[in-house]
Amino acid sequence: MSMDKEAIQKLGRLSRIALGDQQAEQIADELSNILRWIAQLKEVDVEGVAPMTSVLEAHAHPRADIVNDGYAPKRVLANAPQEIRGYYIVPKVIEQDTT
Amino acid sequence: MKTFSLANARDLLVNKEISALELIEATLERCSRFAHLNALITPTPEQALAAAKVSDARRAKGKAGLMEGLPIAIKDMFCTEGIRTTAGSKMLENFVPTYESTVTTKLKIAGSISVGKANQDEFAMGSANNTSYYGNCINPWTSSTRSEAQLVPGGSSGGSAVAVAAGMALGATGTDTGGSIRQPASFCGITGLKPTYGRCSRWGIIAFASSLDQAGPMTQDVCSAALMLQAMAGYDAKDSTSIDIDVPNYAAALNQSFKGLRIGIAEQYQPNTLPDDIRALHQQGQDWLKAAGAEIVPISMPYTDYALPTYYIVGLAECSSNLSRYDGVRYGYRTPDASSLDDMYMRTRAEGFGSEVRRRVLLGTYVLSAGYYDAYYLRAQKVRTLIAQDFHHAFRKCDLILTSTTPSAAFAHGEKMDDPISMYLNDVFTVPASLSGLPAISIPAGLSADHLPLGLQLIGKPFDEATVLRGGKVLEDAAKFTYLSENDHE
Repeated sequence: MSMDKEAIQKLGRLSRIALGDQQAEQIADELSNILRWIAQLKEVDVEGVAPMTSVLEAHAHPRADIVNDGYAPKRVLANAPQEIRGYYIVPKVIEQDTT
Repeated sequence: MKTFSLANARDLLVNKEISALELIEATLERCSRFAHLNALITPTPEQALAAAKVSDARRAKGKAGLMEGLPIAIKDMFCTEGIRTTAGSKMLENFVPTYESTVTTKLKIAGSISVGKANQDEFAMGSANNTSYYGNCINPWTSSTRSEAQLVPGGSSGGSAVAVAAGMALGATGTDTGGSIRQPASFCGITGLKPTYGRCSRWGIIAFASSLDQAGPMTQDVCSAALMLQAMAGYDAKDSTSIDIDVPNYAAALNQSFKGLRIGIAEQYQPNTLPDDIRALHQQGQDWLKAAGAEIVPISMPYTDYALPTYYIVGLAECSSNLSRYDGVRYGYRTPDASSLDDMYMRTRAEGFGSEVRRRVLLGTYVLSAGYYDAYYLRAQKVRTLIAQDFHHAFRKCDLILTSTTPSAAFAHGEKMDDPISMYLNDVFTVPASLSGLPAISIPAGLSADHLPLGLQLIGKPFDEATVLRGGKVLEDAAKFTYLSENDHE
């Protein structure tokens, strides 16, 4: 399995990471190598094997439904890059093509 | 100051031979002296001195905690209230948490004192502590054949390992996702324990791969690891994967007999490519355990070779999902000039993440994307089941499994940097226990041909850290490892 520059640019868009052309080319080589290496998993017979989503056999139990001090807007917003009156501020999105 | 362990220092404090203030001052002096090793991203000497005075007062009132007055370093993955927490990334350069992680809260309650936030690979992604935005961390050990080379401390918890090895702290927290506690412990000649997944709360630890991440202690010796784990472990309602079972008295467990314990040895952990010195140490480890009364049992772990690629698929998938939170909106870095919201996301993440993190997020996105999910991610989850079954079967025959911790001793900065896969191979012996959620310890047990530390790993049954520590103590007592002394790392 090898990847080209275009495939990497698509991954960049999906991951929301801007990539220059030269960078995409280099990453294409690196990821192709890694994919060739992980392709060895194709040798393994996994017929009838259940996928493992957690190492824990025990089931998590729900916590008590208690009102706590979660309502802490100042602390939540303390690290915001831009904030006005309890709102996060981001670049304007209206009237822009967001596709 | 003679280097001594966390457990020894505790005895000195308890017997009032030294005060917490004296201990902290001596430790901070070493932090300054060894600043060139770049083990700490954010040193906190003033807070440490203030805390030492409070600690001495607490002891005077007879209210000393389990780790009262003991200096530790905190890996920069743990959120610390009011103290910058970077995860080794530019993305979090100015992030000051407004809350404290559960594990560091417990360590504070136990009376320990932080000297600072330890360097690490960016978002814990690396095996050489060379992906940190805050610069390489340097191993205090040097090779006997290439004394000029600066060696890597291993990673991702490289700063934690160096801080302990150089006496800049007597213990340090690490996090281990695929070997990030055990591999740097092995490279720096200290003890590192990854507890069972679910033993220590993950709440407030910056997430890398949530089904694998686990916090653990890094200390000079096993008694100290037992002490520090005692303070860190326990159920936490704020982490739904933390397990509500009793935490045994680990220090007491160290004294129990080792006779009749069965040690599993798997040929799959001794590939032909393994260097002679590492192979010989593994044999030596078996002999030591046998001499202490253990029985050596051959076991088979047929899926071992597949653990590393499985780990990368699972880990990268989870990291791409976890790191989607860094979008420049709520906290962390935001690009200064964006033309639109999407442009802000794209540039923020391109500029805020380093190259290894970008590579892993991209690949993680790939293995989760439509058309590839079944072939990569789902298949890896199934192979993960088979790897965990290997352990399940093995532990019917044995109580502990002995392996080498790493396939090499510490290498130089600049080596293995061109090819990500050769870097990933560092974790070949540590990853299987991670995928299976099992407790495992690395014990400094010998020196390589060029006089660098080599570790032995013991893997235990789920939640059986007590036996893992006990086995570790046997290896430690037999190995009589020579820790760095004061003048070894000027």
